[in-house]
Amino acid sequence: MTDIAIDPRIDTEPGRGQEIDPGATPPSTGGHGPPPVPSFNIVPVRALPVVAVVLIGLVVAIASNNLWALTFFHVAGGGLWTSLDLFLGLVLGPIMGSLSIPARIEFTTRFMPKMLLIMPTLVTMTLGAGFQLARHEGNLQTNYPHHGWIVASMVIVGIMAVIALGLLEPANLAVLFELKKPVPNGARIQRLMKVFIYTAGITGLLQILTILIMTFLASR
Amino acid sequence: MSATVEMIPPGFGEPDAEDLHQADLPPVMPFATATLILIVAGGILVAAQYGRPAKLLVPTILLAVAALLLVVSTVLVLRIRPFARRVFFRVIGWGLVAYAVEAGILEFVFVYDHTPTRLLVLFTAMLTLFALDVPLMLAYSVARWQPPNAS
Repeated sequence: MTDIAIDPRIDTEPGRGQEIDPGATPPSTGGHGPPPVPSFNIVPVRALPVVAVVLIGLVVAIASNNLWALTFFHVAGGGLWTSLDLFLGLVLGPIMGSLSIPARIEFTTRFMPKMLLIMPTLVTMTLGAGFQLARHEGNLQTNYPHHGWIVASMVIVGIMAVIALGLLEPANLAVLFELKKPVPNGARIQRLMKVFIYTAGITGLLQILTILIMTFLASR
Repeated sequence: MSATVEMIPPGFGEPDAEDLHQADLPPVMPFATATLILIVAGGILVAAQYGRPAKLLVPTILLAVAALLLVVSTVLVLRIRPFARRVFFRVIGWGLVAYAVEAGILEFVFVYDHTPTRLLVLFTAMLTLFALDVPLMLAYSVARWQPPNAS
């Protein structure tokens, strides 16, 4: 997607564009036409090597069946995934709602491209390592005493996957492409961002259910 | 977040040509989402039987219906006129690369774990549909809001 990455200045000049005073009353934007959209890359290309390193690490962990590595990828990935979702839905979402349009646009152009890489990487880490860990520990076997709980966690993860892939990721990408237009549609961005924030919150809450099951199983 | 509505400046949030075009679009997302739900349900059904001889009839039926729905969604997308095809194909191209990597990692896990052949075939088919369906959803979600001549 490098041909979409129009401006290489992104991420190198924090604070470029409009200055935002966090203590100030949201400024009025009425009567001056669409607010400016800072240039940005839809896919932060420079972060791709980091993603590659994480995925290679995951493959090595699976191939070596190293218990520590599998636990690390599963727990670290799951913890970050849950925290990010809850933070997005319960903390960042309401804050974004109170920002001015220019501030929201500036934030979105810097934040959403990163989420495009971070979320799928965390999901792959958590699920890939989790499946292998469960197999390694014998938790997937139907004769495992708490097999029903394992299946319940699979169902919750399945629901999360459908929400994330069917609503959250498409909204994320659509916002970024909308912001690339010469005149982005503010109402559309707002609608899509609501979908993104709310679905992140919902998956975060479902993650808590998964964590309840996982900690229950780990303590047996 | 309701307080944000009145902060949209004039001319920045009014319905545009793409908004008006939405009512003419076919139900691609419901079909594609149904495909994903069937794939996930089939995967859970198979994984829940891990360690004993798996009953594959229901997962196979789910897989077949998912494949059919994916074909329907693809045909529906390709028949849309006018449509931002260049954007659609660019996004789906990169999406296919990304989700091929993701599905490849999962496939690696199944192969590495010496998954029985019948199960492996089913999982591979499911992963293939998954790696086709998600990029389709992503590309359509972007292209539906773009002007037909967008590049």
